[in-house]
Amino acid sequence: MPEYERHTYDVVVIGAGGSGLRAAIAAHEAGARTAVVCKSLLGKAHTVMAEGGIAAAMGNLWPDDNWKVHFRDTMRGGKLLNNWRMAELHAKEAPERVWELEQWGALFDRTKDGLISQRDFGGHRYARLAHVGDRTGLEMIRTLQQRTVQLGVDVYMECTVTDLMRDGDRIAGALGYWRESGRFVVFETPAVVLATGGIGKSWKVTSNSWEYTGDGHALALRAGATLLNMEFIQFHPTGMVWPPSVRGLLVTESVRGDGGVLRNSEGRRFMFDYIPEFFKAETADTEEEADRWYDDKKNNRRPPELLPRDEVARAINSEIKAGRGSPHGGVFLDIASRRSPEYIEKRLPSMYHQFMELAEVDITREPMEIGPTCHYVMGGVEVDPDSAASRVPGLYAAGEVAGGMHGANRLGGNSLSDLLVFGRRAGEHAAAYASEIGGGRPVVPDEDVTVGVRTALAPFDSGGAENPYRIQQELQDAMQDLVGIIRREQEMQLALKTIHDLQERSKALAVEGNRQYNPGWNLALDLRNMLLVAEAVALAAMERKESRGGHTRDDFPMTDYDFWGKRNVVIELAGGGAVHLRLQDLPEPPPELAALLEEPH
Amino acid sequence: MAYDLTLRIWRGDASGGGLVDYTVEAEDGEVVLDAVHHVQAQLAGDMAVRWNCKAGKCGSCSAEVNGRPRLMCLARLSTFSRGEPITITPLRTFPVIRDLVTDVSFNYRKAEMVPAFTPTAEQPTAPFRMAQVDVERSQEFRKCIECWLCQDTCHVIRDHDDNKEAFSGPRFFIRYAELDMHPNDALDRKKLVQEDRGLGLCNITKCCTEVCPEKIKITDNGIIPMKERVVDVKYDPVRLFRRRRGGDDV
Ligand SMILES: Cc1cc2nc3c(=O)[nH]c(=O)nc-3n(C[C@H](O)[C@H](O)[C@H](O)COP(=O)(O)OP(=O)(O)OC[C@H]3O[C@@H](n4cnc5c(N)ncnc54)[C@H](O)[C@@H]3O)c2cc1C
Ligand code: SF4
Ligand code: SF4
Ligand code: FES
Repeated sequence: MPEYERHTYDVVVIGAGGSGLRAAIAAHEAGARTAVVCKSLLGKAHTVMAEGGIAAAMGNLWPDDNWKVHFRDTMRGGKLLNNWRMAELHAKEAPERVWELEQWGALFDRTKDGLISQRDFGGHRYARLAHVGDRTGLEMIRTLQQRTVQLGVDVYMECTVTDLMRDGDRIAGALGYWRESGRFVVFETPAVVLATGGIGKSWKVTSNSWEYTGDGHALALRAGATLLNMEFIQFHPTGMVWPPSVRGLLVTESVRGDGGVLRNSEGRRFMFDYIPEFFKAETADTEEEADRWYDDKKNNRRPPELLPRDEVARAINSEIKAGRGSPHGGVFLDIASRRSPEYIEKRLPSMYHQFMELAEVDITREPMEIGPTCHYVMGGVEVDPDSAASRVPGLYAAGEVAGGMHGANRLGGNSLSDLLVFGRRAGEHAAAYASEIGGGRPVVPDEDVTVGVRTALAPFDSGGAENPYRIQQELQDAMQDLVGIIRREQEMQLALKTIHDLQERSKALAVEGNRQYNPGWNLALDLRNMLLVAEAVALAAMERKESRGGHTRDDFPMTDYDFWGKRNVVIELAGGGAVHLRLQDLPEPPPELAALLEEPH
Repeated sequence: MAYDLTLRIWRGDASGGGLVDYTVEAEDGEVVLDAVHHVQAQLAGDMAVRWNCKAGKCGSCSAEVNGRPRLMCLARLSTFSRGEPITITPLRTFPVIRDLVTDVSFNYRKAEMVPAFTPTAEQPTAPFRMAQVDVERSQEFRKCIECWLCQDTCHVIRDHDDNKEAFSGPRFFIRYAELDMHPNDALDRKKLVQEDRGLGLCNITKCCTEVCPEKIKITDNGIIPMKERVVDVKYDPVRLFRRRRGGDDV
């Protein structure tokens, strides 16, 4: 076997977003020799794009807020399909994790009393999101990045992991390549933390970047771990729709949190027409009450614009279908008529610039045109709630790649807090696992490295003529049209067929040039993951015969509390690599937590 | 409305290269990065370029467009004259890896040299109490998306590789300024930034401020106040007096 670059660690974290960096800090602080590997430069992961804030019940503005209310909001927002223990840990630990960022130098916006300010977001009973204007993710990633660098954790930037290596059942390491040179690297490590983020690049209209090809989901499956809730994809209600070049770019929910409202072409605040039974008791039914809520949350109910995202996205979709959309196929999001220009520029500076520079729209004077965009995957690697351990010994997962925490729908702001809470837990437990192993370290099998390298290099001499960019585009079209916001059995069948065709065709992928910084080749390798994950999503979505959260079926429009409300769809790979699916009972919360949730209708 | 657009893109690697013309169909409302992606998808699948957010938030897509350092994802095609090709070259201050991708590790090395935030003895542990007006000055610098455009444009290192060792560059001057203005930071880094990080080499040409996509007033709000404070620390007779008496507060 040729000599490859090799490195030995106790814990290797794949991903340098919020969850990966937090995991690396925790593993390092626990005494583990730790490395972080990421596809882009340090500081460029998705986390940098997060806008609105980090949800944590610190109670700085509303003393009545506490972890119990946050737990309840999270579970109800997730349509009760969340892993209750994850939701509990998350709500309890989020405040500590936010203060920790401040301890490391983060500068959040302040209240009058000099505490961390908190803002309103959909589905949260109280103003709860710690933020910095609308660039919270930047503050978070920079703080964690600076901490990681200060601690001296090794960072492998622009290095893509293609395979996990196992010794028997246990994790033994990872195989990757440097994007700069195309040369391979072998990481020898008993513990791997997956922190690779999401899968949204497989849809055409998306807020996600080229990195979101579901690598971690696919790596986990191929290593023998299970995925759950893959049918639940969050379509964020407000993405840009015009010009075409920016279609899908996110418009933060803070616009609504800070007073923005949705209107159709007739000028109607249509969200009042779409308040579901489940949220009737906590949602305002007149514009007057809704408007009073911003200043008096005790005596008024939340505006319907701030219902959980799945509800708002479906409502927008229906308005557009009914012919009441805006000129470019969206609806109107209006903050200009509701808040002063100074307020808007102060609270939403990056939205102001985004619209000014990319769409020539001044949001302090005119409404924005927006529509749903693929944003976040609730599904992910099935993990133990306390340790973030997957079913495979030595494999951990945290952040967007992990499943369970958000159930059928994630509340805004709950991702950034999730990254911190479970990133830390994953890092600590991975380090503990590695130290328990001691001298009995697993060994990376040479033959698996050879196979991994051969597979990665295949596109250079496949003899085929398929263009990876073309295959990616066809996949995006299929997922957008056939496994989008509203789903039907026949369409998903068609999607599956398309995915299988594309999998066949991608055996004949051809790439130009050499291995040195070659995006065409890089994409060819990512495609394998995108196609596998797309298949998992389509299969899970076909299986779940009800509508709930980020999974809406035209042919099964009702939410079914008796059967599907108690089941997770679990995906694994059978021998030979076939995607296999089974149902599993959802763990039930203990009575004292169940009591917090109130009876659903 | 679609039209034919010619991009003149630098292709090559450390051993050399040159401009290559590509003509693609472009749309109104698109940005330079879209056009580069069309080239990649249709004509040159192996063309190297960095990007992530496509919204001016991550600082990945920096390049020199018609000679001007800027983010390709914020460069709207409608602001260029139709019919003329758009020339795109990699950042000149950093060694090229391939095509539009350069080796920016210089910046990551300079980042490692910054002594981290260190809370004061009065408020050693979070949650801290800090007033909005007091955090705002530092917040301006924390808007930095690390696109390295200011680093690329600064003449101290743009054509003087030999200065790189001793010069951290405008991005890091504002990082030091940010920490210096942090209401709850205890360390004094003024002497360090002046003498060891090259603040003294900056002659306030303001070119860095001009290219900053975040519109951070790098020179007026960061570099100049830092220079003034350094001077205060160096020549303030009261401080010198105190220091001589052993009460070193620097
Ligand atoms: C525009 C936008 C705005 C958002 N706003 C908010 C908000 O206000 N509040 C909130 O809570 N959430 C928000 N979200 C969601 C949230 O930002 C993300 O869910 C979260 O940042 C994901 O973090 P992560 O650590 O899981 O992954 P990421 O930050 O995406 O990091 C993934 C990392 O994994 C690496 N990686 C992936 N595959 C590989 C591989 N094969 N080899 C090596 N490395 C790999 C990547 O390079 C990257 O470093 C927003 C999302 C978007 C897109
Ligand atoms: S002002 Fe100073 S740092 Fe900025 S470009 Fe000029 S010399 Fe460089
Ligand atoms: S200061 Fe401005 S130009 Fe310099 S790296 Fe930061 S964002 Fe870019
Ligand atoms: S792609 Fe993120 S700044 Fe241009």
